[in-house]
Amino acid sequence: MTAKIIRWLDGRLALSSIRELAAHKTVPVHSATRWYYFGGITLFLFGIQVVTGTLLLFYYRPTVAEGFDSVRFIVTRVEFGWLIRSIHSWSANLMIFAAFVHMFSVVFTHAYRPPRELTWASGIVLLGLLLGFGFSGYLLPWNQVSYFATKVGTDVAAITPLAGPAIARILRGGDDVGAPTLTRFFALHVMVLPMLTAGLVALHVALVQKNGMSTPPWISPSRVRQMKFFPNFFLREVMVWYGALAVLGGLAAIFPWELGVKADPFASAPAGIRPEWYFLAQFYTLKLIPSHVWVFEGELLGIAGFGALAVCWALIPVWGVNRAGEARMRLVTGAGIFLATYLAIFTVLGYVK
Amino acid sequence: MKALLFLLAPALLFGQPAKDTCLECHAALDGAIQRPALLIKDDVHTANGLSCADCHGGDRTSDDPSVAMSKAKGFLGKPSRMAIPQFCAKCHSNPDFMRRFRPQQRVDQFELYKTSVHGKRLAAGDENVATCVDCHSVHDIRAVKDGMSPVYPLHIPDTCGRCHADAKRMAKYGIPTDQLEQYLTSVHWSALAKRGDLSAPQCASCHGNHGAKPPQVESVAAVCGSCHVLFEQLYDKSPHEPVFSASGGGGGCIVCHSNHGIHQPSTAMLVGPNAVCSQCHEPSTTGGKAAERMAGWIDTLGASLKHSDEALARAERYGMEVSEAQARLMDGREDLIKARLALHSFHPEEMHKPIEAGMAIAGETLRAGQAALKEKDFRRLGLAVSALFIAITLAAIWLVLRRLEANGSGYLEAPPRN
Repeated sequence: MTAKIIRWLDGRLALSSIRELAAHKTVPVHSATRWYYFGGITLFLFGIQVVTGTLLLFYYRPTVAEGFDSVRFIVTRVEFGWLIRSIHSWSANLMIFAAFVHMFSVVFTHAYRPPRELTWASGIVLLGLLLGFGFSGYLLPWNQVSYFATKVGTDVAAITPLAGPAIARILRGGDDVGAPTLTRFFALHVMVLPMLTAGLVALHVALVQKNGMSTPPWISPSRVRQMKFFPNFFLREVMVWYGALAVLGGLAAIFPWELGVKADPFASAPAGIRPEWYFLAQFYTLKLIPSHVWVFEGELLGIAGFGALAVCWALIPVWGVNRAGEARMRLVTGAGIFLATYLAIFTVLGYVK
Repeated sequence: MKALLFLLAPALLFGQPAKDTCLECHAALDGAIQRPALLIKDDVHTANGLSCADCHGGDRTSDDPSVAMSKAKGFLGKPSRMAIPQFCAKCHSNPDFMRRFRPQQRVDQFELYKTSVHGKRLAAGDENVATCVDCHSVHDIRAVKDGMSPVYPLHIPDTCGRCHADAKRMAKYGIPTDQLEQYLTSVHWSALAKRGDLSAPQCASCHGNHGAKPPQVESVAAVCGSCHVLFEQLYDKSPHEPVFSASGGGGGCIVCHSNHGIHQPSTAMLVGPNAVCSQCHEPSTTGGKAAERMAGWIDTLGASLKHSDEALARAERYGMEVSEAQARLMDGREDLIKARLALHSFHPEEMHKPIEAGMAIAGETLRAGQAALKEKDFRRLGLAVSALFIAITLAAIWLVLRRLEANGSGYLEAPPRN
């Protein structure tokens, strides 16, 4: 009977070709193989976000009057609501962390080389979308800290030359953070960003599938053992996912995500207001830049600097590869170490100071 | 250029400060006679465009002292202590004059002063009593709201204490001089100085300022009641009111709370070795038993609320969401305040309602705190079970992998090196 059903499905969905693909897909085994897992962890955590986010949607109400209370209802009244909300928040942070590790592993193993330029580019856009998820989701509980952090965040967006004020206005739905901002951020968080992310994840994974796993340039692909993706690598990946799930459960049970105090737009900003950790380095840098540098406004210069840095980073496959298509390893590794060190130190400083 | 000068001419002419020979000469002199010229720059009158001659008369435009300080020019000189109140009142009791500077400024200070103990004694020839300058200073008089003014709320106790805490100065009046010392131990001073609450009572709040005199027996409750309104209403209807009013020593609130050294009230005022109730009610009498019962209720409610608060705080430290229960606990604290207030009716049954309501809230919030702590334990147990399940699954996958890869299957070897 089962065989009959499989045959029926095979005739319509070409399952045998997928089986064929799975049977022949391999993963190179070398000293940097462990870094391959971080892409999978990011994808797994994204899946967790989709599931927990959908469950939160059953109760969350995206209005200024009800937003905070509905989250409080979720964590205090709904069965296991605290777990779902805590896992959603912790998973979001771990996902962004895993995405950063994945990105730097790609840089240090020089996996951006041809023919993987589009994989790199789609990955960079995906990281931007994940940061967008973080920024938009942070406001949704409508608590004091998230409200003022969003004010600071949209103020920074407003400084961007030319389109900045328009972007800030579109994001806020007015001159200041308020009810329209919450509904816009909600729409972005649960509709726009997920659709874009789902499409890009599909493209990213398809490109990985098409081009195979990259082997670092100092290892000759023809000289490494290959591990079957299914079931050998896949089972290892499942083990890593299970490990990530245990970490998530532990964090959610021992350090439940804080609810805070309901936002009061008329209250003064709480002391030491700062954004989420993944924006701290930029935030702290902007704080350090003097109000005026020569004839330029300090913040404007900072924003322009971040923009230029992001563009340069996204163009690694252009300047990080020579005409023969080989990675300029020293240059790219140096740039990677510089950026990773800057982000780590400034994030810590932003947290401590 | 000429046109510009022409346009600016009126501004240049009228912008010049008027000549003031009083200041010019006195600033050049030495000693006490120079002092007013140095102090006057901080004076509120100077800030409002007035100068020496506006109070002391004379002609400030003349360089000749015999003209500037001539009686013909209206020079009054330094007023005697007896004349100071009228001297200031020339302007401060004149509504039309005062309106030029501050329309809402009161002009009844002199009239009030005349009714005060200070004013009456001065009128009787006692020059030792306070006049305007003793409290407000002279030549460097600052607005009351100026933080450096001696009559700024925070400085009033010291200003009054300068005379009233001086045993030598007060000896001939036979009044105590420990008021300031006592006041500095009170809840009122604590609120004023430590909490920075400028509306907290200081000397003038109860005694008045220009019309200062001690409240009489019949008005003590009214004085305290001007802030503690509900306490006064209950006290007025209580069985203590007629008794306290008939007794000596001030009567009213001060019988139990004292006057200048009012300390944080506690149930130790009701029962125990230092209880004020036991000064009149023996512990075995109805009154003594009622005091003990009321103290017991207040202590029990206070302890229950504290217990609930601790349970909620413990749960919060574990990251549990208990903000609703904490908000509810505030209602319980309010009931405790209401019970303390109801005590002033001195009818135990009046306290019953807030005590019962408070106890219900204390119980409800304690249960919420305990439930949160229990939930925390449940979560950790759940975590342990999940971790065990995950560990077993990981071990199972690892065993499967070992079996799969036992003979090197699952790997495609790299071609041999040349």
